Amino acid sequence: MLAKRIIPCLDIKNGRTTKGINFENLRDAGDPIELASIYSAQGADELVFLDISATQEARATVIELADQVAAEINIPFTVGGGISTVDQVYALLRSGADKVSINSAAVYRPALIDELVQEFGSQCIVVAIDARKDGKVYTSGGKKQSNFRLESWAKEVQDRGAGEILFTSMDHDGTKDGFALDALSKLNQALTIPVIASGGAGTKEHFYDAFHQANADAALAASVFHFNEISIPELKSYLKKQNIPIR
Amino acid sequence: MNIAIIDYGAGNIRSLEYAFDRLGVKAQATSDAEDIMTADKVIFPGVGHAAPALESLKETGLFDLIPKLKQDVLGICLGMQLMCSYLEEADADGLKIFPMSVTRFQTQLKVPHMGWNRLSTSENESNADEEYVYFVHSYFAECHDDYTIATCDYDGRFSATIKKQNFIGCQFHPEKSGVVGQQILQSFINGTLGR
Repeated sequence: MLAKRIIPCLDIKNGRTTKGINFENLRDAGDPIELASIYSAQGADELVFLDISATQEARATVIELADQVAAEINIPFTVGGGISTVDQVYALLRSGADKVSINSAAVYRPALIDELVQEFGSQCIVVAIDARKDGKVYTSGGKKQSNFRLESWAKEVQDRGAGEILFTSMDHDGTKDGFALDALSKLNQALTIPVIASGGAGTKEHFYDAFHQANADAALAASVFHFNEISIPELKSYLKKQNIPIR
Repeated sequence: MNIAIIDYGAGNIRSLEYAFDRLGVKAQATSDAEDIMTADKVIFPGVGHAAPALESLKETGLFDLIPKLKQDVLGICLGMQLMCSYLEEADADGLKIFPMSVTRFQTQLKVPHMGWNRLSTSENESNADEEYVYFVHSYFAECHDDYTIATCDYDGRFSATIKKQNFIGCQFHPEKSGVVGQQILQSFINGTLGR
């Protein structure tokens, strides 16, 4: 049976991890490669690197980062953040990224999804969707409201050929009160492509709910892992005991 | 040991180069027929859509060259599918090294089949010791009594590893399958994979 995936997300700015990282055995808390290696060794199923650099120049460093990550770790990883062109995606995939994630650029110009899928195949194109409780899709890191509604946009993303959806509930993000189970559940019923749940992870039980109740294919979290509030080995052994298929 | 990774514009070649680096073996991406024919072992990678991949193989002459290779050849993901007889995705014939058809998953489960799933080399489907490897694909090669040496279950069994003489195919990505995948690549280097 296909295992449910646990995915730590690393925010990257100018080639360095940004959120405070609290690991005892970490030599350099800002080094994304060292952190990635630790997560990989702990049993993370995939990694996501989200580039939040403000400028194009700074973003170019994420291509080098992809190359270094590919050299060091042997699990799949996705790179996202500020990607809007076929050339950027080509450079990232060529540097060893397995998937790229696009977000605002797809909302502004949905045909970008078709172009990327045609060029590189569905399997490496992840579309990240940020939504709020009002049911609307937001861009620019959750700041700008778009006219799109979560469910219809998710369907369109699927129809345009995306291989996977990374759904972040902006109202849950950072709260540690659990994932947006209702919205997640509806998405999973409506879609035939995998959905990664994001936003709200605070306890091991939250992951269980995302998988068991909302049927998410994968769950992503950042700070609970970075601050070692939940360790990946403990989380996976807990989920296994609850009969969730876990590697 | 000199490993050629066939570069025909389809595949995450960098990750493969690095995977062999980590095993201390030199693997070079190339599209040159001479380099490929004289390599000790050959990797036939591939991700993306089958139709442009087939087109590229035909343009470069690799379509005719690959089936004639005498050294060990490892096809990965789309590379494995292309070695089969027919690809539904392209509605076209493959390299016909293996007689199986490659068709799309017809299931209520999510497609692509994306993530970690278990390899099974035994009849016993409840074997708890089976290893997880990383898959990402929407099409699969059917099982064949003579050539399928490991299967995987996704609403039905499909070929996870196939072998015929010097040709081996993996539907999963050993270069992305953690320690288990590294061991699989090591046995390919050692010539013991599937034996």
